Amino acid sequence: MAETTAAGGGKGIGAHLGGHLRENGMLMALVAIVLFFYVILQTVPQNPVDFLSAQNITNLFLQNSYVIIMALGMLLVIVAGHIDLSIGSVVGFTGAVAAVLTVNMGLPVYAVIPVCLLIGACIGAAQGYWIAYWRIPSFIVTLAGMLVFRGLTLWLLNGQNVGPFPKTFQSLSTGFIPDAFGVDKPNVTALVIIAVAAAIVVWLGWRARSRDQEFGITPEPMAMFVARNIVVTAALMFVGYKLATFRGLPNVVVVLGLLTVLYAFFTESTTTGRRVYALGGNEKAAKLSGINTDRLVFLTFVNMGVLASLAGMIVAARLNSSTPKAGVGFELDVIAAVFIGGASMTGGSGKIIGVVVGALIMGVMNNGMSILGIGIDYQQVIKGLVLLAAVIFDVYNKNK
Amino acid sequence: MATLLEMRGITKVFPGVKALDHVNLTVEQGEIHAICGENGAGKSTLMKVLSGVYPHGSYEGEIIYDGAPLHCRGIRDSEAKGIIIIHQELALVPLLSIAENLFLGNEVAKRGVINWPECFQKTESLLKKVGLSEAPTTQVGKLGVGKQQLIEIAKALAKDVRLLILDEPTAALQENDSQKLLDLLLELKRQGITSILISHKLNEISRVADRITIIRDGTSVSTLTTDAISEERIIRDMVGRDMAHRYPDRTPKLGEVLMEVEGWNVWHPEQTGRQMIKDVSINVRKGEIVGIAGLMGTGRTELAMSLFGHSYGRNISGRVKMGGKAVDTSTVTRAIAAGLAYVTEDRKQLGLVLEEPIVKNITLANLAGVATRSVISRGREQQVAEEYRRAMSIRTPSVFQKVVNLSGGNQQKVVLSKWLFTDPQVLILDEPTRGIDVGAKFEIYTIMNDLVAQGRGVVMISSEMPELLGMCDRIYVMNEGRIMGELTKAEASQERIMALILKNETTKVA
Repeated sequence: MAETTAAGGGKGIGAHLGGHLRENGMLMALVAIVLFFYVILQTVPQNPVDFLSAQNITNLFLQNSYVIIMALGMLLVIVAGHIDLSIGSVVGFTGAVAAVLTVNMGLPVYAVIPVCLLIGACIGAAQGYWIAYWRIPSFIVTLAGMLVFRGLTLWLLNGQNVGPFPKTFQSLSTGFIPDAFGVDKPNVTALVIIAVAAAIVVWLGWRARSRDQEFGITPEPMAMFVARNIVVTAALMFVGYKLATFRGLPNVVVVLGLLTVLYAFFTESTTTGRRVYALGGNEKAAKLSGINTDRLVFLTFVNMGVLASLAGMIVAARLNSSTPKAGVGFELDVIAAVFIGGASMTGGSGKIIGVVVGALIMGVMNNGMSILGIGIDYQQVIKGLVLLAAVIFDVYNKNK
Repeated sequence: MATLLEMRGITKVFPGVKALDHVNLTVEQGEIHAICGENGAGKSTLMKVLSGVYPHGSYEGEIIYDGAPLHCRGIRDSEAKGIIIIHQELALVPLLSIAENLFLGNEVAKRGVINWPECFQKTESLLKKVGLSEAPTTQVGKLGVGKQQLIEIAKALAKDVRLLILDEPTAALQENDSQKLLDLLLELKRQGITSILISHKLNEISRVADRITIIRDGTSVSTLTTDAISEERIIRDMVGRDMAHRYPDRTPKLGEVLMEVEGWNVWHPEQTGRQMIKDVSINVRKGEIVGIAGLMGTGRTELAMSLFGHSYGRNISGRVKMGGKAVDTSTVTRAIAAGLAYVTEDRKQLGLVLEEPIVKNITLANLAGVATRSVISRGREQQVAEEYRRAMSIRTPSVFQKVVNLSGGNQQKVVLSKWLFTDPQVLILDEPTRGIDVGAKFEIYTIMNDLVAQGRGVVMISSEMPELLGMCDRIYVMNEGRIMGELTKAEASQERIMALILKNETTKVA
């Protein structure tokens, strides 16, 4: 039944929370899970662990960066109404290419990185071509891609590990932004960057809010706006401070932050982003509205390929070698993160911020359960149930 | 005649909305009882109460069926009593055969093993009853909508139906299929089957129904016997106001020719050698509403879709001129740029992104209009949406409402808004009032008049001849992909249009 609140009327905090239940719910779930592990790990009798220690927070980002990076691209693919099962193999393949180029052939790192990204784009284009212009179901095309690129990875590496990488390549994953102020501990550069980032977040929020008001859009209640910004700023500063007292800001976090902002902006504020959602919501209607749907589908796969190859290099750099098994099963983690983040299986909906939170939930759970010493068997069961619960929560809310 | 069904004081409340308020309905044994009302008046809700979709206890009031109180916990209970509802959206499995569909969930089987010979035999006799001669093994998806509708009725007959409820059965049917269906209803009536017919089409109702109950705003307004009613009375009761004219007045002010199509030929996209549009030439003037009449499947939609960005067909040839200059309409983007807009026949499948809010649907075809260097301004977007909401009087609590929650008429206004925002010179409207209630139809007509008053041209494709006659300055009659003739407003009449359509049939026989 139709909502009865008038457009111009002010809404209470409760109503607003209800209206944004999904986003706020996921954020609260993330906070709850973090607190849960924090408390429970403090109380381990033999040796209490600080879940929020600088080292562990750094680890969390290093371990999960690749999932988040690929989830950004996977969201677009899923919003467009498709799926990409090949990304785990693409991770392995581009890692292998990077290893062969740098380790075996001795090419310089600054040349290898763009080459790998280009290869990722080509892989995405090759798959996207069949999906977009030949209308072969993406499930089939990328399932084939999954086998093909895993095979090519094995062939390229001769079934062996290739490594180690030069230092510059490793810094892609394990490098940190050096302290320009020379203090080192705490790393002042890291603190400044985080503080500036937090300030920008607040400023952008404020600007969007006042502009909305100008156009007569009912904004969220002031108290809500302030509270949310305090929580977000505090969380950012806390993480920033922890990172600063350890080894500084990891390069990966910077890349991750920039990509997240870029994709959030792309999906929410650009015409092309909007068209991807329309395409996923109703392809025929989008087409008859003058949208080149085929090309959009093609481009989402190209984009996915580029992000997968970036993730592939980060994974290789982190392991400091390319292995034939690198990336096995990654596609499932990424897809799970996107659905936990609130994307719809049928396409047309899902938000970047939700996907990042979804990926973090998965990451925090992996990390926390490993420290707790929970076996890999139970871990899988629990992660599976969390995915199911998140989607049931969605469906329940939608039907209500 | 005995009373078969009596619904007394039915009240059904949804959170925040009273959908039904003390509705009464009495259906006699063996009659065809029509239910009329605007969209959203509560007709479907009432039928859902009756068929147990809303189980006993979730509503107030009583239902007496066949002399005893009826307490349904679900559809199964009501079906067991012989109450069978056929929804507007057909519930057939397109990839299964007719026989499989007829007995779906009700298979001719012993301990789970289907007795195919018996099943086929029963299917054949049921098909004969509804006047079909298809083989029982025919895939349902290969049949037309009209025949599928008949299969639905055969399916109801397979379940020993006593009270058949049809929710707008002819909405998607063309004239002669509708006639067949109505004839079948009369035939079933002779066999003692009682029917409830929900319909917007007043001529159908007066043809088959014995009595009519009119529902407005969740209450039953009146029950009339068909001999005592006029269409005007029904309309008045439905909308709660007198509607002296069903079509708003307009003094045509025709200007120069806006769009000209010359020698347009289109071939079927899959079947080679099948020409769908044959040498069609039409034109539209500034300030003119041009109708395209013809039966369904004669190529009207194909003509419109092929003109609009070659969205249908292959090997398209012919010229399109806008304002005297040849334009390229070979992609939708180019067609829009040339000043063309096409409002599709099927707004849910082709016109709207249902899960998106009104705002995003309105700007979809002209995102550049609310963006600076590809960055969308949410504020400007909302302003635009609010303007159209006011101009079109789209009834919604907010422009952020998802369009799936709107009624058919309001959805159509959103589609029209979307196209107006591209500022087209010529709009092609394909069945613009299909599935829309009488009140909203009038609003759509008024909008059309506004459009031509602004100096645009409108091409209106419609299967409802009165609508074409009431609205158009000029009517092209189409049959089998060809323009059979052209009638001015003064010349046009239903008989003349039919005569032009039939001209083709006779020449073909000869």
